[in-house]
Amino acid sequence: MEILALISAGIIAAAILAYVLLDGFDLGTGILFPFAPDSRSRNIMMNSVAPVWDGNETWLVLGGGGLMVFFPLVYSVALSAFYIPVMLMLFALIFRGVAFEFRHQADTSTHLWSASFFGGSLIAAFMQGVLVGALVQGVRVEGLHYAGGMFDWFSPFTVLTGLGTVVGYGLLGATWLILKTEDDLQAWARRSALVLAGGVLIAMAAVSVLTPFLRPAIADRWFGGINLVFLFPIPVLTALLAAWLFYTILSDRELAPFLSSIGLFVLGFAGIGISLYPHIIPPDITIYDAVAPRSSVIFAMVGVALVLPMVLGYTWYAYSVFRGKATEHGGYGGE
Amino acid sequence: MPPIDPEILGRLQFAFTVSFHILFPTLTIGLAGYLTFLEWRWLRTRDDTFLRLYKFWVKIFALAFGMGVVSGLVLSYQFGTNWSEFSRITGPVLGPLLGFEVLTAFFLEAGFLGIMLFGWDKVGEKLHFLATSLVAFGTALSAFWILSANSWMQTPAGASIVDGHFVVDDWLAVIFNPSFVYRFLHMTTASYLTTSLVISGISAFYILRGDTTGTARRAFSIAMWGVLVLAPLQVLLGDQHGLNTLEHQPIKVAAMEGNWNTESNVPLLLFAIPDQAEETNHLEVGIPNGASLILRHSADGVVPGLKEVPKADRPPVGIVFWSFRLMVGLGFLFVALGLWGLWARWRGRLYDTRPLKWLAVALTPTGFVATLAGWFVTEVGRQPYTVYGLLRTADSTSPSVAASAIATTLTIFLIVYGGLFGAFLYYLGKLIRQGPSEPETTGETPEAMRGARPGLVVPAE
Repeated sequence: MEILALISAGIIAAAILAYVLLDGFDLGTGILFPFAPDSRSRNIMMNSVAPVWDGNETWLVLGGGGLMVFFPLVYSVALSAFYIPVMLMLFALIFRGVAFEFRHQADTSTHLWSASFFGGSLIAAFMQGVLVGALVQGVRVEGLHYAGGMFDWFSPFTVLTGLGTVVGYGLLGATWLILKTEDDLQAWARRSALVLAGGVLIAMAAVSVLTPFLRPAIADRWFGGINLVFLFPIPVLTALLAAWLFYTILSDRELAPFLSSIGLFVLGFAGIGISLYPHIIPPDITIYDAVAPRSSVIFAMVGVALVLPMVLGYTWYAYSVFRGKATEHGGYGGE
Repeated sequence: MPPIDPEILGRLQFAFTVSFHILFPTLTIGLAGYLTFLEWRWLRTRDDTFLRLYKFWVKIFALAFGMGVVSGLVLSYQFGTNWSEFSRITGPVLGPLLGFEVLTAFFLEAGFLGIMLFGWDKVGEKLHFLATSLVAFGTALSAFWILSANSWMQTPAGASIVDGHFVVDDWLAVIFNPSFVYRFLHMTTASYLTTSLVISGISAFYILRGDTTGTARRAFSIAMWGVLVLAPLQVLLGDQHGLNTLEHQPIKVAAMEGNWNTESNVPLLLFAIPDQAEETNHLEVGIPNGASLILRHSADGVVPGLKEVPKADRPPVGIVFWSFRLMVGLGFLFVALGLWGLWARWRGRLYDTRPLKWLAVALTPTGFVATLAGWFVTEVGRQPYTVYGLLRTADSTSPSVAASAIATTLTIFLIVYGGLFGAFLYYLGKLIRQGPSEPETTGETPEAMRGARPGLVVPAE
């Protein structure tokens, strides 16, 4: 059963990471929206993500559905504990999502849906950061139920992780735009990426310094025994990648800044995983306590093994159809 | 403020958000199939009419699809936020079914939707058609899994409760639980029928306004064939579904019929005001032996009554009773529309019968009403259980979530969804006013006709 719990956790982690990276850059594009040079730039920005945002958001549904499959206890406890931030995130994603179609159809109310796109992206990103922070700082559980209040998730630490995620998604969005745009807009994206990369490093440093103080178990994980020796490469890699990110933003490379930003997110994600393991809801519930019955886990894993490679295949294909620079008139029906 | 039961608030919130959501998949499942048909006909015949219809309806499809995506995302998290005990207990059964929906259907739809909407000049015609077909297939597959999950809540099978939660011992029995096939066919047919009504209504509106290009006539004709075939099929499927419910959820059928005592020669009530407290009906008007005949195929057939179970185990009778009548009444109206269309077509007057066109316009949104009414019958009729007979709604809620939090989010949902629905209708109205594009003029069109207002020029055919 142990190995099933471990694989299940791996699948969930992969789905959440895929979500963060993919929806990260399109939420980030939304966060940068009002700061773009002009309305033509905004149309290009929106068109650069319009064909793919829906698929990106599907990973969030997979994350939620996946938790219900593999760790129903976690789905039940975490979502009722984080009732308010989850609801706010969902409302924000509604405003972000409908903005694509409505803004395209609008003549006189374009600014309204631009605001909806920006506000929705910003609040969704912030709430997702808050959720991660709230999980890391721990959840009060008694028996099989959440035992805390409606606002336990709110703390200075979670505000920090929320802001960090906003800046981080902004960086993913800016480096995505370096890849997808040209000329003035690309130059603007490079300048934005530079500022945001600085912000991301500050946020990552602050979170890394504060996290071990949240619970002794986390400090022990990083600094206890010889762990530091094995875990030392993570901060070192992060520093190297950050340097590479700055260098490529300032160079004329187009893909490298995006890939380095993704790399930073992967390392940050790994850091959170290391701090949490074996807990899935610290400090009480481990992945081994929470894993679903064997019959459900195996059935779902067979499905994942058969279907996920196909999903990755055609998602790759869909992205490749829309490779290259985004244009102002993305073309509904090729008009 | 008087203390309000968090269970009632949670039920209201879920009823509202799920009812709002289902409107959009109901349309997109049907429209995706319609678009596949149009593109296939265009590729086969190269008749420009089909392509212009495709490019018009795909805009409405995109609008509705976006609404379906965002309102559906809410639902996938609402199980956990508002129904945490339900999620924990049924997660091992419903989790994989919903997971398979995401993996097999949502990704497929999302992956190829981009190509369908934005890919015309990026991929070839055949590939574009493949994208449309895969999106249509994805919508049907999505219905397959979610209706399997819903049906399992109605007629659970293949799993039992061990250590406080469900454990599955037979996945095939879970997926193909006793009511699944009926519910799946009934709902997908509802989608196609509702879509046919939307298309016939909007096309009839264009014909009434003056259809200069023939696109509206073509669409009206296709949609009226759809209504003619699908409406009677739906009545038949509904009857079979009802008999299946009689076998597995007799108390729900008792509520649908407003029947309190288990007895023979039960009338088919056309009107009544069920009284839950007094366990009787007021102002009954019925057809003698009707219910016995429909459900048991004989006048003295025994129909189960609500008093078979204690008061606490009965669903709210009034809602189930009246929703059922609304659904069935509309269903027969749709059959009548289809038959009238056939009659008019036979006489060669399909496009010139004004009352027929006005009826089609009037019935444009009624497929949604019938679909919602049907869902009210089956969902309210399942009460007081979430998993029929095994898990009570009262034991499914989130113990830690305060009533005030549910009330607040419910209020926000009402405001936000109300606003969004308004915006959706506004942009839908805008698209409908624009209508399908004009055909490429080849120079053969008389000059007077091109600039003229529609309706003044084209004589009735």
